[in-house]
Amino acid sequence: MTTTLAERDAGTRPEAGRAVITGIGVIAPNGFTTDEYWDAVLHGRSGLGRVTRFDPAQYPVKLAGEVADYDVHAYVPGRLVPQTDQTTRLALIAMDAAVGDAGLDLAAMPSDQIGIVTGNSVGGLEYSQRELEKLWSAGSNHVSAYLSFAWFYAVNTGQLSIRHGLHGPGGVLTGHTGGLDSVAHARRYVADGLPVAVSGAIDSSLCPLGWVIELTTGRMSTVTDPARAYLPFDHAASGYLSGEGGAILITEDAGHARRRGARPYGEIAGYGATFDPRPGSDREPGLRRAIELALWDAGVPPAEVDVVFADAAGVADLDRAEAAAITAVFGPRAVPVTAPKTTTGRLHSGGPALDAATALLSMRHGVIPPMINVTDPVASDRLDLVLAGPRETRVGAALVLARGDGLNSAMVLTAP
Amino acid sequence: MNTMNRRVAITGIGVRAPGGGSTKEFWELISSGATATRTISLFDPTGFRSQIAGECDFDPVAEGFSQQEIRRMDRVAQLAVAATREAVADAGLEVGEIDPHRTGVSVGSAIGSTMSLEEEYQVLSNGGSKWLVDHEYAVPHLFSYMVPTSISGEVAWVVGAEGPVALVSTGCTSGIESVSHAAQLIREGSADVMLTGGSDASISPICVACFDAIKATTPRNDDPATASRPFDRTRNGFVLAEGCAMLVLEEFGHAVRRGAHIYAEIGGWGVRANAYHMTGLRPQGHEMAQAIDVALRMSGRAPEQVDYVNAHGSGTKQNDKHETDAFKRSLGDHAYRTPVSSIKSMIGHSLGAIGSIEIAACALAIESALIPPTANLHEPDPELDLDYVPLEARPADLRTVLTVGSGFGGFQSAMVLTKGDPDDHDARRA
Repeated sequence: MTTTLAERDAGTRPEAGRAVITGIGVIAPNGFTTDEYWDAVLHGRSGLGRVTRFDPAQYPVKLAGEVADYDVHAYVPGRLVPQTDQTTRLALIAMDAAVGDAGLDLAAMPSDQIGIVTGNSVGGLEYSQRELEKLWSAGSNHVSAYLSFAWFYAVNTGQLSIRHGLHGPGGVLTGHTGGLDSVAHARRYVADGLPVAVSGAIDSSLCPLGWVIELTTGRMSTVTDPARAYLPFDHAASGYLSGEGGAILITEDAGHARRRGARPYGEIAGYGATFDPRPGSDREPGLRRAIELALWDAGVPPAEVDVVFADAAGVADLDRAEAAAITAVFGPRAVPVTAPKTTTGRLHSGGPALDAATALLSMRHGVIPPMINVTDPVASDRLDLVLAGPRETRVGAALVLARGDGLNSAMVLTAP
Repeated sequence: MNTMNRRVAITGIGVRAPGGGSTKEFWELISSGATATRTISLFDPTGFRSQIAGECDFDPVAEGFSQQEIRRMDRVAQLAVAATREAVADAGLEVGEIDPHRTGVSVGSAIGSTMSLEEEYQVLSNGGSKWLVDHEYAVPHLFSYMVPTSISGEVAWVVGAEGPVALVSTGCTSGIESVSHAAQLIREGSADVMLTGGSDASISPICVACFDAIKATTPRNDDPATASRPFDRTRNGFVLAEGCAMLVLEEFGHAVRRGAHIYAEIGGWGVRANAYHMTGLRPQGHEMAQAIDVALRMSGRAPEQVDYVNAHGSGTKQNDKHETDAFKRSLGDHAYRTPVSSIKSMIGHSLGAIGSIEIAACALAIESALIPPTANLHEPDPELDLDYVPLEARPADLRTVLTVGSGFGGFQSAMVLTKGDPDDHDARRA
């Protein structure tokens, strides 16, 4: 916040209203649980492969990061199965994991003291494609009574709040930075006095309609080798791959966490959000300013940042712009930059939430996971990319970056 | 983020609503008690259970959009951009005097660009016959249709905003929540000016079918003009609508310093999840009452100071009872002395837009010292015993106004608007 570094070092920074993360629930293409995922990113194990959810043969892109098949009835109450899309099922599973990880007994807390805000970019699209098909092939009276709330962007916040009996404030922030923006918004809830706020994002668009929609960006890689398709900051960058999943994060008032003996992963220390000038403008893109706002908000100077989790678009001009923003703030090769999302693909709004989770796990374990497959980095980027294996180091402060069609979000997380 | 408690003023209003192609036309309609609901004309509704809607007579060419912009933007974004242009002009904001870094956007939308997504789906699937839809026929802007922040991005471009830009989507409370979000960003110091509001373009087959399937909309197809009947004994569902309202919000001192006209102040806001049901409402309105309490407390106003309640008033059996209970719970006996009305009786329920349209109506009501009525309320429901301002607008000095909303997903939202006196010592008391 606006506390000075001297105050922070002297331990005089007030605890009230400070938000820490005490629970993480990850669902990713290379890990159905947080532990599985963390082991995978440390060992560079990729979850990218040929699409199996539908037959991609006719499409120019055939690779994605799919969450492995699971027995939905083992994880999701039977009543909810017919009314939920994959995105909501994954969110329900991730939230259970996050609450368990935090060691919180939500039912024992005053329910109006627990808030929830999630990011979302897609809604329940596979479910919707099935219902659109019924409408247009069979007629309006064949449309499911559940569609009205299985599709819309608010579905995960709604279903999670009902499932866990959360009566506090609820919110939904859409777009590809939503995974970070939701965490920042949960921090506002905590600053306003809530002891606990659920945050994060899970997205999935893995159905033929979602696939065709995303193809129109022209930014997906058509390379067919999963190890050569998504290569951010590499000379051979050819676009990105899409995936599903994300992370749910339990945001908690620092004092509340301390009093119940919870062990925080880290603190949400700073956040900044900006929007790019209109395409074609000669004004500077907004990412550098988002980084500076987040650092200012955190009271953390650039030299104290131990790692940057990059947005890593995998598209040449976007990679150059991100490298320019990072070096403008930190200087050339002054901070390790990584992109574990090279093992998962880009997960819409779920991606930045997963990056925040990964940054927190780095702090906990004192190791920065690498980006994989990148072998020929663009030298003029002047980035210290974490390649060829994890880097063991103390991570006291991490910067997480997210972009999406003009939106820029940056978050500083600090070790407890 | 800091913990400043800065005040927030409404200085510009733009509306595109059924029966009202501008703020002025919108206010004339709702203050006259006329209705703008009709048989659906945007597609052939034959075979649907509910065939009525509140449609905007919106012509993008007459609004000045280029053919390229019309292709790029779904109707939901066109409505938002048109309303934004009006709001910015109304606020007297010159693009050159805006600091781009201190100007942000927060738009609410429940269903985003569903209209275009459905149209394109029909093409890609050859009328619903292909699961493996055909990418060869995809239009270039499909991705912007799926990811709704494209709508707030279009709004940002109207004035070149480069501050925080968000699209809030909490179902049918999106239009309140987006404005709350914008007010929060000004309050905490993250922005000085926010373009904010809600937009939804909902009159498409899939959307009508969704509400048909749960019988939430009225089947009163033989009488579309009086089909929306909030608080009436004969009410039997809401009338689906489309529309948009956009507001210019400013940090109060920013508005005062540049001599802007201040319609009203956003005094406080509150939201609660009901944790009950994705489409149903808990009896007794406990969560809505809590949201109201939070909003009043933030605004430094007591329940007895509320001069008017702009109700959600959707016209479903369940809702109108639910919020009547909530008003009694939060306002106590004062609820019986407080005028309550629903403008959905005249323009229908435009999902994520209506909350912002209702905030605009509240600001205009304060400005005009006139409470818009509940149209079509001829037969009082004995279970609903508050003063619902039937049929005719009512003059009243309005200093504190409450507006509320409920949405799918289990959201209940409330916002308090006050007259916006520069020397209001109660403002930000909380």
